[in-house]
Amino acid sequence: MTTAINHTLDARNMNCPLPILKTKKALNSMSPGDLLGIQATDPGSVKDFQAFCDQTGNTLVSSESNAGEYSFVIKKS
Amino acid sequence: MNATAEQISQAPAANTSLTESIELSQLDQLFNERFDERFETKMKEREAEHTPSMTIISTKGTLDMAYPPFILASTAAALGWDVAIFFTFYGLSLLKKDLDLAISPLGNPAMPMKMPMGPHWLRKANIKMPNLVMANIPGFEHVATTLMKKTMADKGVADIGELRELCLEAEVKMVACQMTVDLFGMEKEDFIPEINDWVGAASFLPTAQKADVSLFV
Repeated sequence: MTTAINHTLDARNMNCPLPILKTKKALNSMSPGDLLGIQATDPGSVKDFQAFCDQTGNTLVSSESNAGEYSFVIKKS
Repeated sequence: MNATAEQISQAPAANTSLTESIELSQLDQLFNERFDERFETKMKEREAEHTPSMTIISTKGTLDMAYPPFILASTAAALGWDVAIFFTFYGLSLLKKDLDLAISPLGNPAMPMKMPMGPHWLRKANIKMPNLVMANIPGFEHVATTLMKKTMADKGVADIGELRELCLEAEVKMVACQMTVDLFGMEKEDFIPEINDWVGAASFLPTAQKADVSLFV
């Protein structure tokens, strides 16, 4: 099993709901177990990504914020 | 064969003694306990299998009112929901091939009037303007629309064409109101070919009836 991030998405300077929609599109092209790293600047994305993962069954591996930038890692179910 | 017949003839006698030994109230209690256990699991199974669904009725064709249906529909689709939007009256403008949506600050007192350019103090200022002035400057709506589109692009808000495209990709059903086209003498060729159906209220309501979420915008 690999723990490296295989896919990345730059969602910086995008506003609701674009980060979620782009994430969904990125996940569609990935295989189960793959990790997607996302960068965002939308403060709403912190709660939105949690809700997105709760609803879709994907795992939110990490959620970090640093000086107005947010980074998330999602594992595809 | 004989053995089976013998078992059958003995069975009622055995059952009678069993029912006699257990009080009816005890049976009730056992049944209820078992029911509660099973009910919980069954409901959880049902919930896990259930695909949430949403229907939206979109009735407005201005730039600002185009956002709620498309944002909610595309997001719900990303969450794995089944979504259908029924476009009626001015909402049909959102299905035109040529999306030329405008916004009017006239008679819209809640709309902030901001400059998306210039120094910081100017960008922060909310420029209040009397209706009388707005109504008398030719091209005022056009300018307001241009400024609003610039503000949206600067803030990383998707444009309506992009959001609609994302909805279509995510298989959001676009249903158009037949009566509106007839009423306003619209041409069906002016609309995007992805429209799933041209129907009336009676065809849309049964879909809305089964939806978990139903919104009127």
